[in-house]
Amino acid sequence: MVRCFLIHTVCPVSALSAGESRLLFSRVFGPDEGVLTEQHRGLGPEERRLLRREKTAVVARQVRSAVSLSREASGRPPVEAVPGEEALALQEAGSGAVRLRAGDPFPEEMSALWLAVQSLGFTLVCEPHENLPLAEGTLRNLTRHCLEHLHMLGPGSEVLLRSDRVDALLSRLLPHGQLLFLNHRFAQSLEKEVAAYMAK
Amino acid sequence: MYSHGSESLIKQARDIQEAELKKFYRRLAKLLQGKELGHEAMDSLQRLHLILSATKFTRTLPAELQKGLLPLLSSPVEQLQLLSSAVLRETLPLSGEELNYTQEDVLQLNSHTAALLLSQAGSRADLSSLCAQLLRSLESRQSDGPTHSLMQTLPILNTIITHSPECLTEDHLTLLSKKIVDWLRYASITQGGGASSGGFFTGPRSRQPVPTAELDGTVSGDFFTVLCVGQGFTDDQWMNVYSFSMLRHWLLTYHSVPSGSTIADADDRSEVDGSVVSMVSATSSSSRLLPPKERLREKAFQYCLRLIEQSDRKALKRTDTELQKACLVEAVCILDCVCVEDTSLVYRTFPCVKALFGRLSSDLTFARVLLPIAQFYLNHGEMAAVDCESVWKLVFGRFPAELFNSPFLAHELLRFLRLNLESLQLRVPEYTRSFPNLLKFLAWDSPAVVDDFVDLLPSLVTAETAVELLHTMLDLPCLSATLLLQLRSTCSPISEPGGRGLLSLDAFRSASLRGLFLYLLRTEAGSGDTIDRLSTLHELLAEAADWPRVVQCAQTVPVLLHIFFSAVVMIADEKLSAHLILVMLERSSLLLNIPTYIKEIHRVFSCHLLRLCKLRPSLVVDQSHELLEFAGTTANVYSKDEIYTHVVWALGEYLSVSSDSRCSVRLITSCFEALEAVLFEITSSAPPPGAACPVPRVITTLMSALAKLASRSHDLIPRVSLFLSKLRTVTRGGSVAWCTDEEDLVAIVMRGEELWSLLKTPGVAQSVLTPPPHVTTPQWHRDTNLSMPLQLRTLTSLTHTQ
Repeated sequence: MVRCFLIHTVCPVSALSAGESRLLFSRVFGPDEGVLTEQHRGLGPEERRLLRREKTAVVARQVRSAVSLSREASGRPPVEAVPGEEALALQEAGSGAVRLRAGDPFPEEMSALWLAVQSLGFTLVCEPHENLPLAEGTLRNLTRHCLEHLHMLGPGSEVLLRSDRVDALLSRLLPHGQLLFLNHRFAQSLEKEVAAYMAK
Repeated sequence: MYSHGSESLIKQARDIQEAELKKFYRRLAKLLQGKELGHEAMDSLQRLHLILSATKFTRTLPAELQKGLLPLLSSPVEQLQLLSSAVLRETLPLSGEELNYTQEDVLQLNSHTAALLLSQAGSRADLSSLCAQLLRSLESRQSDGPTHSLMQTLPILNTIITHSPECLTEDHLTLLSKKIVDWLRYASITQGGGASSGGFFTGPRSRQPVPTAELDGTVSGDFFTVLCVGQGFTDDQWMNVYSFSMLRHWLLTYHSVPSGSTIADADDRSEVDGSVVSMVSATSSSSRLLPPKERLREKAFQYCLRLIEQSDRKALKRTDTELQKACLVEAVCILDCVCVEDTSLVYRTFPCVKALFGRLSSDLTFARVLLPIAQFYLNHGEMAAVDCESVWKLVFGRFPAELFNSPFLAHELLRFLRLNLESLQLRVPEYTRSFPNLLKFLAWDSPAVVDDFVDLLPSLVTAETAVELLHTMLDLPCLSATLLLQLRSTCSPISEPGGRGLLSLDAFRSASLRGLFLYLLRTEAGSGDTIDRLSTLHELLAEAADWPRVVQCAQTVPVLLHIFFSAVVMIADEKLSAHLILVMLERSSLLLNIPTYIKEIHRVFSCHLLRLCKLRPSLVVDQSHELLEFAGTTANVYSKDEIYTHVVWALGEYLSVSSDSRCSVRLITSCFEALEAVLFEITSSAPPPGAACPVPRVITTLMSALAKLASRSHDLIPRVSLFLSKLRTVTRGGSVAWCTDEEDLVAIVMRGEELWSLLKTPGVAQSVLTPPPHVTTPQWHRDTNLSMPLQLRTLTSLTHTQ
């Protein structure tokens, strides 16, 4: 299962300190693991939400660090794609996988797959036994849709104001965190539904 | 992309004032009371979601607003379902108003309400009742019921069993096993959803059932799978996709052999299982007789074999080619799973997996598929008596050598190694010899994989290859530069006008120097610890010292060296320890010149040199010749002060009869003379041009070492005392050329005086500076000879009131 999907900054943000990342969208799937473990049994729903937020913040920070090191190492100048050039932006996007050790921050070991498009990162946190090639493909697909439907290459803030679109996308392509083996026909069918939702 | 606009929106949402917020809540509650909810309501809901999610501290909504939101969850407008679910997920439920898990209308449970239920689940009981509800609706479902609610059943169940597998009862498992078998194996093989066979003739007459097709366009000849296409799909075909998507997880959760059984009466079942298993293997054709669990296993097996066959077809679309690869990975993993569960399946599976390996092994684009195949070979190869050598040649040979720069492959390969460490060390001798290749992943992308190597490195340390490994790690930045050159060499033209890396690239391409680089790029250990012309190599790569990848690599080497030494200390005998010390001394001046890299390495060396000497004090006497050579070279004081200090300290501490009986007076004297010469030299004149003043600690360490040696051979005491008193005189005259800081000078002089006065009484000096072992390693309570008198004395003083 995918534990969470995040959209966050991977560029310096003036209001934050150097390594921090601003979360623009965060969706954690499934029940809160805290309710079921001994460790956090005593926590109330408020504290559990806080813990969830902290965990996603930790993931975002780690991915931000990985992205900046990767960009530094490759030494390639960043490509500035404009609205309409989503395919180009995706092609030029850096990608990688971060190993999240058990306990840091999830109880079990996880793999965080990331795709960095200019100043934003799209991250999928998967359980390690998950089919990573499928996860990578799904992440690319999700990113492409987000870039297109939320006009993310432009200066707007739709990702914040139209977060329901991302949720709608996730409910079709990654329902409750389930990765799906979709051939192009199945994908087309779901994408048609998504497009219909976005048109409203 | 991320603009000031977004940043200020978030700021506004976080900083909204209480009064304004309350007003907003009231307005929204009013809007929600209206019959029709228009754009304003939607926008306000969006805004509410932003306000709630912008901060990590939970805001509670007023009861009135919450009550207005709850009905939206079952609104016919999806956007409202979505927004209300998203909003309610970010806030606390009103106590008493928590969603009732035993809702009767759970048939209407849409995806977004389900998401809310899941996120608000407060206990296992909640999840269990949700499961029960879902399965009840599944069982009693009308064939023309809403599709969406059916399709999300499996994802919801999958997420629940991830966290809490025991939420499904025995009956649930049986029911689901049966359903999944139906969906996987017996889904419709004709196209669904109003597929018409032609463009012009779209009348009822032409609505013949059209069979589904394979990805290369040919008509499907066998049961439906995720790799079949059609114009439209029937419900059960959708369920085929959902079932396969969760199949592996299902098998891992409920079918793994001794799974800390979450289902009751596991003990009885295991006996039954055993007998059923042997029956299964014999009657694979008559699978209808099998119990649901075994039937599912058999069908999963068949499905995977079919996927493997289907993946051989040339897909018409590129995304489908990628899907085929993902399916291959999944299929092999599931086959591995079922073979672990029922080992008799191995004989049926291996021919297929072997054929697949043969088909894919020469194509590097399938590298990620070959990893699960390698896992399969590792798990079952021995049992099937199959030769796995070609697999390991690929995994330890070609992959690291040619695909070191694919981040996902690196991640997966290293994970594979981590998970199977014990097995690999036992059964695959190539593993420990392949470190020159494996380290290429580290050299290329250190930050991403250093964590994996922290876990893997200890297993790569063996007595035979430890020295070569040490050399390889010290030259990791050189490897990093070489890999860059290798890539650049294949990409760029032979002659390039300008551009970076020209000198090193030319060297890389030149026939006479190529050998140096080829040594670094070797794939296996065993062809020599290192090369003679290492300094030449370092010179050629000097310009690489500021390449980002090289710098990142250099930063990870010290950490890994610590791990290396901690591991090697466990297995190193006297001979190897001596060899390592020599390597450290030799390499301390033979490193790629990256700022701070050399200093860091020296620090690591110092630490571990000392550690080795502490563990085996006789090493100092053994290697005294080389150590003295190092300590007697004055230049080392200036260029390698850290190591120098430690070497001198080790000599002073361990060059004694108590460490090794072979330590003669002559040895002590020659050591003394060597150190004395250096000390004279550095304290009699200014440092050589270009060098800074010697570090004060070097001087004090030299003085202490000399004093220690003198305390073991009393003839030397007058010489030391003379020097120390001379030192006092010289420094009284004010500043000296070899020490600019006054405080340091004072400290040096003080130490000198302490030693001088100590040496006035040789007997005391000897006990203080060369304490016998029973003083340095007191046994006290562990030693019966000492503890008894101690105990008696303690008891006496406690009991006698005097």
